[in-house]
Amino acid sequence: MNAFLMAAAGAVLITVVVGLVRILRGPGDADRVMAAQLLGTGGVAALLLAGIARGRPATLDVALTLAVLAAFVSIAFVKGAALAQDAAAPPGGDA
Amino acid sequence: MSTVLDLFTIVTVSSGVLFFLAGVVGLLRFPDALTRLHALTKADNVGLGLIVAGLLPQAGSVLAGLKLLLVWLTVLLAGATVGQLIARVARRAEPRP
Repeated sequence: MNAFLMAAAGAVLITVVVGLVRILRGPGDADRVMAAQLLGTGGVAALLLAGIARGRPATLDVALTLAVLAAFVSIAFVKGAALAQDAAAPPGGDA
Repeated sequence: MSTVLDLFTIVTVSSGVLFFLAGVVGLLRFPDALTRLHALTKADNVGLGLIVAGLLPQAGSVLAGLKLLLVWLTVLLAGATVGQLIARVARRAEPRP
């Protein structure tokens, strides 16, 4: 069972890393952030699988931390994008 | 009983990995940002949900099981919020049809 769980963790990681191709291709900033967010979720899944398989409960705390931090990445991106749009189009224009 | 639970774990975790695979294929192949976001959120919510459900019988203790559920709920909440926010940015960035 443990070998199966580790194999599943590896499969999730490989899948998500393949998804990072989207960061190279773009085209928009939102697409790149989506790939980064998928990496976050995939990392959480792999950590959970590996933590249970190896019997290390502390890994679950690491996964929880990664889940929170991955959410902050996207929120920081959205705040930054909103600031950039406000700077590009001053208020009063055709928004 | 243990065999049944192990079988449940294998089936559920495999389905979860399949959802991650489908999400990545969607992220790479779908034509525009909003459809890619659609594929991504399915991988986030359902894929991780299935993996967590499959791990629950193997958790060993109630605390570990609760922590697994907490991780999933956190990702659900974050995914739902961030999906809306990213969709707004993507919609503004794309030219109106």
